Amino acid sequence: MTNYAYKLDCPEKIIINGCLGARYIGAGASNKVITINGIPGNALGAYLDGAEIIVNGNVQDAVGDTMNGGRIIINGSAGDVLGYAMRGGEIFVKDNCGYRTGIHMKEYKEKRPCIVIGGSAGSFLGEYLAGGLIIVLGLNRDEPPVGNFTGTGMHGGRIFIRSEKPPKALPAQVLCRRATDMDLKDIHAYISEFSRIFEIDINDILNKSFYVLTPNEKNPYKLLYTEN
Amino acid sequence: MPYVYNEYEIIRSPACNSCRVCEKQCSYGAHVYRDGKMRSYDDKCVNCHRCVELCPKRALKIVKSNMSLRENANWSEANIREIFKQAETGGVLLSSMGCPVKYPVYFDRLLLNASQVTNPSIDPLREPMETVVYLGSRPKAIERDGRGNLINNLKPQLKLNIPIVFSAMSYGSISYNAHAALAQAAQELGIMYNTGEGGLHDDFYKYGKNTIVQVASGRFGVHKDYLENSAAIEIKIGQGAKPGIGGHLPGSKIIGEISKTRMIPEGSAAISPAPHHDIYSIEDLRQLVLSLKEATSYTKPIIVKVAAVHNISAVASGIARSGADIIAIDGFRGGTGAAPTRIRDNVGIPVELALASVDKRLRDEGIRDNISIIVSGSIRGSADVVKAIALGADAVSIGTAALIALGCHVCRRCHTGKCNWGIATQVPELVSRLNPDRGKTRLVNLLKAWEHEIKEMMGGMGINSIEALRGNRLMLRGVGLNLKELDILGVKHAGE
Repeated sequence: MTNYAYKLDCPEKIIINGCLGARYIGAGASNKVITINGIPGNALGAYLDGAEIIVNGNVQDAVGDTMNGGRIIINGSAGDVLGYAMRGGEIFVKDNCGYRTGIHMKEYKEKRPCIVIGGSAGSFLGEYLAGGLIIVLGLNRDEPPVGNFTGTGMHGGRIFIRSEKPPKALPAQVLCRRATDMDLKDIHAYISEFSRIFEIDINDILNKSFYVLTPNEKNPYKLLYTEN
Repeated sequence: MPYVYNEYEIIRSPACNSCRVCEKQCSYGAHVYRDGKMRSYDDKCVNCHRCVELCPKRALKIVKSNMSLRENANWSEANIREIFKQAETGGVLLSSMGCPVKYPVYFDRLLLNASQVTNPSIDPLREPMETVVYLGSRPKAIERDGRGNLINNLKPQLKLNIPIVFSAMSYGSISYNAHAALAQAAQELGIMYNTGEGGLHDDFYKYGKNTIVQVASGRFGVHKDYLENSAAIEIKIGQGAKPGIGGHLPGSKIIGEISKTRMIPEGSAAISPAPHHDIYSIEDLRQLVLSLKEATSYTKPIIVKVAAVHNISAVASGIARSGADIIAIDGFRGGTGAAPTRIRDNVGIPVELALASVDKRLRDEGIRDNISIIVSGSIRGSADVVKAIALGADAVSIGTAALIALGCHVCRRCHTGKCNWGIATQVPELVSRLNPDRGKTRLVNLLKAWEHEIKEMMGGMGINSIEALRGNRLMLRGVGLNLKELDILGVKHAGE
């Protein structure tokens, strides 16, 4: 059976057991629920277009690349480049994620992507962020749960970081402030969804303050050009 | 800013009857009607010839000013003017179109062969000449099933009636009408046009069979319908005019339909990071190639576009092993809607040398059939097409030449967005100056003429199919090239 015929024929509910690194699962998929028991390989749910993927295990790199809609739930940790250039949909990661998460996420009309990380994120989180939400909860640590260069080149969207201290060494294009009740209201739906999915008491999440990172409009990411 | 005399002067002859056409036509404000007569503002003139061509009295002429700084073979006037500009503003110099600097043009140092006496030339008026090419990966061997029937193991191919495609130019860098003309011409000619990284307007979905869609680092407008309404998908890694740097379309230009096709909100800046941050290696590239194939069910060839840079043959070798079907190599003279001047004029290498070395490397490694090669970066006429194919290209890509057919006068002011010819602009009254149907006809005329010329040149060499010309370097001889250059190009010197 060709890949194309298989895709057409494919049932709406799929369960993959004992997954061991198979790549490109669910590329461009819509109208499906794919449950994966095991560890899928790179580029899981690339260009995802409305399907739901539930992984009972860790995932590798480039999950949700250029995702347009749908939902990915990861009962474990994610590798590098999670949600690159994603435009819509939601990704929930129970534990940690690697470097370069949510680079160049963007939003358009009703599409407003969101990534929620339960643990910590590696360096380069939300670089070139153009829209959408990234929420890092740091449930497993006391220090700010992000690495270096968070939000470099950010020009839209917001990054929420659950921490008592602001992250260190933020680039000049980013403003960092303590989240207000109004800010938290905006993300409450995602946090309660995270708490529901992973069965974590929401009070154990909301018991710490959050910092919110926004683009610094006074110091935008741009080069000064001179017509030649 | 120190007063610097303008580069061009507008000469208005007494035939001018102050009809004000020039004033209406000039988006730069070089002509103004005041106190009962037309006045010229030479400092505003970009020398695009719009007024000259539309003046009903033929009363206008634009000349290069002979006012000059003291001559200096080292400090050119351009050097000095640029320093003035930067000292005043502190800005990065921004310019557009291809590199105008005088570097060697190797196409102009290569001459084509023709048959005389011993092997007859072929008359294309009489004999059939094949200009159709198929781009894509070729199977390693013929496979048969148990009963001896051929198994179709051919991967998806891109069919071109002539070995020319239109280069990637986004809707945003050029106008809707320019895109419409390119799309219609591609359809009529049986070739391809390329969306660039600007998304695809849904009006153009109907040209899908003649559309190459681009996936670049910003992934603007990339979604399911976009990928599906295409004949091939191009991953853009780099561009000849600006290798190694990203792009930035300011929020002020993201309005209306541009916002819609790029799928970002109005007023939001469109930043394309310099690298794809999910591609740091050939393995990562392979992953993007294959994920695109997965998402489109292995129905379309994948192109990887790179700029011609120093180690291009090693890069190409990696790309040929990445699962991609076609590599597009853009030389340093390739055009752009906007690029920092220093990068445009100083980064990259000539496409002729890049092509020759890539073709040789892939043949030496036995992987030339894994991949087809498209080259671009200043293909100025059909002779350049023939020379590129003889150096090893499967097809070429033309951007500037196509825009010139649409009316571009290469004034190099694309980045201002005020193109008087309705090409590199989004201003509705300027865009409406370009009639897409007329534009299509001119593009078709141009390429039909090139096709005929290509056939004549091939016929002269005694070759009746473009496939037999590809990589046929015996058909080339160098003039005025040194041994190293001849060695890289893999051609003999004229007279040998």
